[in-house]
Amino acid sequence: MALTFIYPEYEVIRNSERCITCRVCERQCANEAHEFLAGIDKMVCDDSKCVNCHRCVSLCPTHALKITKSGNTYKQNSNWGGKYIDEIYKQAESGGVLLSGMGNPENYPVYFDKILLNASQVTNPPIDPLREPMETKISLGAKPQNIKRDKDGKLINNLPPRLSLSMPLMFSAMSYGSISYNAHECLARAAKELGILYNTGEGGLHNDFYQYGDNTIVQVASGRFGVHPDYLNTGAAIEIKMGQGAKPGIGGHLPGAKIVGDISRTRMIPEGSDAISPAPHHDIYSIEDLRQLVYSLKEVTNYQKPVIVKIAAVHNVTAIASGIARSGADIIAIDGFRGGTGAAPTRIRDHVGIPIELALASVDQRLREEGIRENVSIVVGGSIRQSADIVKAIALGADCVYIATAALMALGCHLCRSCYTGKCNWGIATQMPELKKRLNPDIGYQRLVNLINAWRHEIKEMMGGMGINSIESLKGNRLMLRGIGLNEKELSILGIRHAGE
Amino acid sequence: MKHLIIGNSAAAIGAVEGIRQMNKSDQITIISDEPYFTYSRPLISYLLSGKLSLEKMNYRSKSFYEDNHVTFKYAHAEKVDHLNKQVFLDDGDQMSYDKLLIATGSKAFIPPFAGLESVENKTTFLSLDDVKKLDAMGLESKRVLIIGAGLIGLKCAEGITKKAQSVTVLDLAPQILSSILDYDSSLIVKQHLEKKGINFILSATAEKFTQNTLTLKDKTQIDFDILVLCVGVRPNASLLSGIAAIEKGVVINERAETSVPDIYAAGDVTNGVAILPNAYVTGECAGINMAGGNKTISKMLPMNAIGFFGLNIITAGNYTGSIFELNKDSEFKRLFYQDGLLNGYIMIGNIAKAGIYTSLIREQTKLDTLDFPLICEKPQLMAFRLEERLEKLGGKVERMKFFQPEI
Amino acid sequence: MKRVYVNEKWCLGCRLCEYYCAFQETKESDMARALKGIKINPRINIEEKNGISFAVSCRHCEDALCVKGCITGALSKKEEVILIDKERCVSCYTCILSCPYGAISPSQDGAIKKCELCTDSASGIPACVKGCPNNAIVFEERLG
Repeated sequence: MALTFIYPEYEVIRNSERCITCRVCERQCANEAHEFLAGIDKMVCDDSKCVNCHRCVSLCPTHALKITKSGNTYKQNSNWGGKYIDEIYKQAESGGVLLSGMGNPENYPVYFDKILLNASQVTNPPIDPLREPMETKISLGAKPQNIKRDKDGKLINNLPPRLSLSMPLMFSAMSYGSISYNAHECLARAAKELGILYNTGEGGLHNDFYQYGDNTIVQVASGRFGVHPDYLNTGAAIEIKMGQGAKPGIGGHLPGAKIVGDISRTRMIPEGSDAISPAPHHDIYSIEDLRQLVYSLKEVTNYQKPVIVKIAAVHNVTAIASGIARSGADIIAIDGFRGGTGAAPTRIRDHVGIPIELALASVDQRLREEGIRENVSIVVGGSIRQSADIVKAIALGADCVYIATAALMALGCHLCRSCYTGKCNWGIATQMPELKKRLNPDIGYQRLVNLINAWRHEIKEMMGGMGINSIESLKGNRLMLRGIGLNEKELSILGIRHAGE
Repeated sequence: MKHLIIGNSAAAIGAVEGIRQMNKSDQITIISDEPYFTYSRPLISYLLSGKLSLEKMNYRSKSFYEDNHVTFKYAHAEKVDHLNKQVFLDDGDQMSYDKLLIATGSKAFIPPFAGLESVENKTTFLSLDDVKKLDAMGLESKRVLIIGAGLIGLKCAEGITKKAQSVTVLDLAPQILSSILDYDSSLIVKQHLEKKGINFILSATAEKFTQNTLTLKDKTQIDFDILVLCVGVRPNASLLSGIAAIEKGVVINERAETSVPDIYAAGDVTNGVAILPNAYVTGECAGINMAGGNKTISKMLPMNAIGFFGLNIITAGNYTGSIFELNKDSEFKRLFYQDGLLNGYIMIGNIAKAGIYTSLIREQTKLDTLDFPLICEKPQLMAFRLEERLEKLGGKVERMKFFQPEI
Repeated sequence: MKRVYVNEKWCLGCRLCEYYCAFQETKESDMARALKGIKINPRINIEEKNGISFAVSCRHCEDALCVKGCITGALSKKEEVILIDKERCVSCYTCILSCPYGAISPSQDGAIKKCELCTDSASGIPACVKGCPNNAIVFEERLG
């Protein structure tokens, strides 16, 4: 018998007064946590199988269920928290690397929560967005260095290809394979309706979604799955993925079992073969190599598509960003250490990378200092949780933000962080037929549209309060920000003053 | 347009509703030799048992004639003059028509038993008046003998078991309900009825009646107080005899027309299957065509739903071909199939979703387009192909490639 | 007119429709109080096998065999909705014999039961439609 018994972290509490044994919980739990005991006409639950995804809680028609933290505890120890003890037992048993899903949940500072926004009083009065125009449209890409005229003195349009968005937000990369077909359909349809873009991730683009090409960023990552000229030319922009905030320095691995049917076709790899995305791009070991890929992609697409280079926020992000800005890329995407993933080694996810707020502020500052800020737009992600985070990111210098975790939550994700099991009860991070049909795109896409429209309203209200009537006027406007509870160093990196100053 | 309908049951009401689907203005007259509001004939046993009150016998809501502008006339039609389009009534009246519907139903068939006239308390069991007659005889502490173990005889038996001292059902056939059950299944029902106190004498030939005693061919004597004759029914087609083609009943085509122009017939009076749903449907078809429409009906399927003391029986079609049988607990089922089609079925006890089987027979569904073992197990739409399910449940027909299990 | 349609593609077989249907019938305000300890007999039923599932309820057929065959006149059609008058039904089950969808079932109260599109509900939307978490049951107008 195994020595290890790890007491479930959560317990499913059933109010037996309210339970009518309709067995919806049982039918909806892919982890088979709930069970109906016919003999005694009772529902029971095996808490050890529960991943705390709240599917049963949400669907229980009598609201008889809740999930609480279990009371089981080891002897109190400020150094050896229960989590570390459990992990040691798990690894002693398995000998394996610990895996996790979604973003870094650990107790690191969230700088967005230590930054406050300004509002106008008396002078420079606030603007009421319901009564006055408020511009949330943005445009991404490189800007021309100089004005060119023809021999008649007329302006030559030398504007590089740019992306036009109805608001400074895009859905960041999640591959078809890591999330379901239906989840992709939700993102694609919502992006189209909202006038923004979504991102294929490194899984290629399913044939059915070519129709959303104008709202699609097609990604090229180290595995190069599903990349071909049609794919590149279909998207509105191309993203080269160098790194990901959840697992900087780490590649990806989609097990062969998930490479079936349309996923295999879309990725252009045989059914059943593992999809391994190497940690590095094997043809990129320098900015010069990166430049070659950037221009290869531009060549294929006839210089019509902006190229995005996405990196994880790591210690020397400023230098890397500076290189990228000189590589010919049009947009730099930076993914903070809170960024999500379908699966990552827990230690990497929880201990590698830096906060996006600091990375953004320093990259923006560095590019300005070097006079190359206009070469590129900056998109930041990992993790934007609500509309105020967007306003703060833009004021810190971002042109646009990427969201993914929040988008999945709109589709039903309850952050149970078990994506890597492939048994997502909400039909998002799964390819199991009976599970993926739980996400009806007609509902999902509408929820996404609702969420983003709500944020758009909030952004307008916050800008209006500051007396600002366009995103362009907010961009890099760090005077609109004040720190709270931050030390001098942090303030100086963020380039903002402390509240009260 | 003047429509004359002779009869006041399901076929007649079906015709009224058929005519009114076409227009609200045509004149409709119903002639009935029963002085009652339209009532449901199959319900007479419920009235007898006291399960239903007289007013609950009504086949339509009380305002039906008014709502549909129907003139009701209580009279017996004696003669049809198809050349002058006239109907002569027993009260001396004569009525002209543009379109005539004969919906006179059926009448009890009474075999020429010797000595039958010596039996004082006897009746048939077809109409409301029969129930009244039976009630008037006072069932309490009486021994009732029912001749005929068919649907009518057994429904009558069920209706009086509680009241009468004893109920004995006699039939020439070796089984009960031979019109709807095969031998094996009839045993299940017989056993159930016996448990409820009904006695059966089967394979018995009545030889003669002498007042309150019946002597069988094997010389057995059966004493009784009341005799109910439920041997069978015959189409009540005499009105058209010598006028229109009659085989057993009035011959009609798929438009419910008889061989005589402007005369239609529907329900039990015709050659069709004598059950209420068919009566209504042929009546409705006749009505639509009488009012100038163009409705056709396909051949009617024999089918039946009946219950005795809580035991439900549903049957349809004919019982030829290979048999799938399920017989466990309180559930009995037989499916009869041949050449890739379902011919008929018998369900006793669990009758859930039986209509799905009926539709297989009615639609002549090819069984190789179904999951046959699955539909044998129980009637279900799951056994149909995806496209058919989608059509049945109204979903858009599209190729559903992304949720079907990938093979 | 609006009818209940079933999108098999999105049916999860969760059977919430059955429970919301049974709940609606009780006219109670709280489902736990209404259905605690009760074996439900809903007017909509899920068929389920090998990961495929769909809900079946009355189609309110244009050519309604159940209405035509009803021996008591308990089944009738008003404004395209097939209604059951429980007072008049004698549970002869001729309708069960006739219905090609298996959408009519016996009940404990001596009458058959079938979907009446929640004609008596305040919202006008059938309870099964409201209770379906995945739009697998919809209430809409469709051609044909």
